[in-house]
Amino acid sequence: MSESSTPRLPRLGVRGWLRWVWRQLTSMRVALMLLLALAIAALPGSVLPQRPQDPGEVVRYLEENPTWGEILDRLGFFDVFSSVWFSAIYLLLFISLIGCILPRTKVHFKALRMQPPKPPRRFDRFRARQKFEVAAQPQEVATVANRILGRKYRSYVVEEESAWAVSGERGYLRETGNLLFHLALLGVLVAMAASHLLTYRGQALVLEGRGFANSVVDYDTFEAGPWVDTEELSPFSFVLERFESEFTADAEARDFEATVSVTHPDGAVETQSIRVNHPMNLGGTKVFLSGNGYAPNVTVRNAEGEVAFSGSVPFLPQDEVYTSPGVIKVPDMGGEEQIGLAGSFLPTAELRTEGARSIHPQPHAPLLVLTLWAGDLGLDSGIPQNVYELDARNMVQISQDGEPMESGAVPSTITAELGEVVEMPGEYGTIEFNGVDRFVALDVRHDPAIFWVLITSLAAFLGLIGSLFTPRRRVWLRATRTDDGRTLVEVAGLTRHEDMGLEPEIMQVITELKAQLSQDRDGDEK
Amino acid sequence: MISEAIVTYSNASDMLIYGAMAAYAVALIAFSIDLARLADRSSGNNRKLAGVGQAVTWVGFLMHGVAVLLRGLAVSRVPWANMYEFAITATLIAVAVYLGLQVLRDMRVLGAPVTGIVLLILGAAVTLFYVDPRDLVPALQNYWLIIHVSIATISVGVLTVAFLISVLQLIVDKHDRVRAAEDKGAASTQGASAAATDASGAATLASDSTVSAEAVSATATTGVETISSAQAGTDAAPAKGKRTWQRILKHVGTPQQLEGAAFRLNAIGFVLWTFTLIAGAIWAEEAWGRFWGWDPKEVWTFIIWVVYAAYLHARATRGWAGARAAWFAIIGYACIIFNYTIVNVFFNSIHAYSGIG
Repeated sequence: MSESSTPRLPRLGVRGWLRWVWRQLTSMRVALMLLLALAIAALPGSVLPQRPQDPGEVVRYLEENPTWGEILDRLGFFDVFSSVWFSAIYLLLFISLIGCILPRTKVHFKALRMQPPKPPRRFDRFRARQKFEVAAQPQEVATVANRILGRKYRSYVVEEESAWAVSGERGYLRETGNLLFHLALLGVLVAMAASHLLTYRGQALVLEGRGFANSVVDYDTFEAGPWVDTEELSPFSFVLERFESEFTADAEARDFEATVSVTHPDGAVETQSIRVNHPMNLGGTKVFLSGNGYAPNVTVRNAEGEVAFSGSVPFLPQDEVYTSPGVIKVPDMGGEEQIGLAGSFLPTAELRTEGARSIHPQPHAPLLVLTLWAGDLGLDSGIPQNVYELDARNMVQISQDGEPMESGAVPSTITAELGEVVEMPGEYGTIEFNGVDRFVALDVRHDPAIFWVLITSLAAFLGLIGSLFTPRRRVWLRATRTDDGRTLVEVAGLTRHEDMGLEPEIMQVITELKAQLSQDRDGDEK
Repeated sequence: MISEAIVTYSNASDMLIYGAMAAYAVALIAFSIDLARLADRSSGNNRKLAGVGQAVTWVGFLMHGVAVLLRGLAVSRVPWANMYEFAITATLIAVAVYLGLQVLRDMRVLGAPVTGIVLLILGAAVTLFYVDPRDLVPALQNYWLIIHVSIATISVGVLTVAFLISVLQLIVDKHDRVRAAEDKGAASTQGASAAATDASGAATLASDSTVSAEAVSATATTGVETISSAQAGTDAAPAKGKRTWQRILKHVGTPQQLEGAAFRLNAIGFVLWTFTLIAGAIWAEEAWGRFWGWDPKEVWTFIIWVVYAAYLHARATRGWAGARAAWFAIIGYACIIFNYTIVNVFFNSIHAYSGIG
């Protein structure tokens, strides 16, 4: 129907249209356009902040650019690599790839089982060709040439009307590699999809001397793919024995090492270390050292001197000198009122007129700088809250005089050095800075598909090498009897791509052929 | 003691980089004058200055190599852990590729662009990217630094030369088209032009390239001379610039030859880049617990990979092979430079390792 040659527009019908779309999609030109589109579509992912990588930065961007931000957000520009349009491009690309590769695979399989095509009638249309005469018989020339070519080529001898000829082809690996590369890319995509479905990962903050058990409740944050059974996580546990860090004098990190004693699911116990770049692998579940910091150990006493709180509270470092903001929440002071002490931990504090600051990440001169809040911490509201931030909605800051803050008053500042007991303003009691514990932030990840991502990637890599660096060549030889009883040998070669090696190879085959023929001759004469 | 040795090595390395830059500058001047003389009819085919440029480039290359080695000794590790070190190593590879190419064919016309771009990158490295030798942060302490970054460095070095050849290819191609258009008009010159084309065709097939190349250029010269004398009477002024180009370009090769050379290097560069990408993913899995996270550096590595993949596809697409495909290789290289400079310095990336600012 579509082959109609009349000037009238042919009616394609649904099937015709589908065929047309399929043919377009699987054409090289469209594949090229899709590749370009893919490169361009990835661009905004590096320029605009992305939610999966940096959600805070996205919020800031939306605040600064309310109008444009809103539009971009709706169009998926803050999560480019999960957006509809990005997915559409790569899915179309892969469909195009399948449509291109499958027929080619079929053709290639056929070619692999078949003999190379017969020698062409005339060699003079090929650029690479040679001609010479020998004394040997045409059939002998063809047989010897076939033996020489056969080492690298798939070759055979043909008897023609008035001549003997050889046809040879090599470099099937070129197409094999090309097909492997493309199919392996498809494999990478499938493996990555499987990885998405089967992976779980979580973050946990573990204090020195404390333990961690691999179950959802022990994680601070936890996310799992749709196919993960969260009840059946590998039941290992470990205790953080110690954490050590090393820095240069100018605060550049040199080494971090966490030592843990692990209890395996089978009950075996062993000591392992986790370092940056060297995750701990527990039967396919990897534990990464993603961060570390300090947890000041404090004791808070109420006005009567009774202990209201005692323990280590992690303060999260926010810069390279470990200036660590945090909050100590004391829900039970003995009365109705709860208190919160918000502020910073400074590992090596330097006091200045405008305040204290940290100058080095190691705890050479630790200092707590806090301000006091009183009221309702909101812990009983049932709403999960951030343990590192103070929910100040039902709290008031206390001034230096011990009264709720009013304008003009000086907010309370409590600074405590290591070992110091400091009086809180008003009748709130004391806080004692007992010591400094370390904590580590761990990323735990289980991805059963990652092995396949690696295998398919390496297969693609090998396929690529085969397809780019294997020369595919055809070589033909024809030996014809001349009138004066000698044999005219013509050799021609063909390659469809850049191939500097074709002519040298032809020359080499000829040299060997001549040598072997004269050797055989010598042998005959003896 | 140890720190003294470090300072000595590091200072010697810095001095040798400056020495290499001086040598490359001299080579650049020699190569440029050579090009100018190629353009000047009266000086014929005397390429003594190209030889001088080549010799001085070798001197610069040796100093450059020792400088990179000493930098490695000064820091007791591989010398490619920050932008400065990456720049000095990648340019060393580029010069090595250029020198290696000469074995296959006389590509000394590339001398000026190669020494030029190397000087430019080294200049930026010593003025903008320089950092004192120092140890590695924990994130970089991994044997993958040796594998992933070394292959990336070699890849960039190879693609740099490939890029220059692609540019040359486009220039020759453009020039050929202009000439073909002129030839259509001037029937009298057709024979000469055909002679020149035949001559360059012969060069492709000739087995002994050095000997025949001279013979070919001699034939080509006669061809060109005929064209020039035929045109001289009619449009002398506008033709002068074109003739200058003709004389230079006849030493360059045909667009097809250049395409072939650029493709081979781009293919090697692309394979190495693919390896860089995979090795980077393996390292990222070990260091950050995810093999791919769309960090800006990863996004750009991906973009570069896709652009070069498009280049390879374009070569196989009817209507896109040749000059159009070459544009993809050029865009790909522009992306590499963008990735190395802008992304390293200004983008908020966990790959930030420049060591500056």
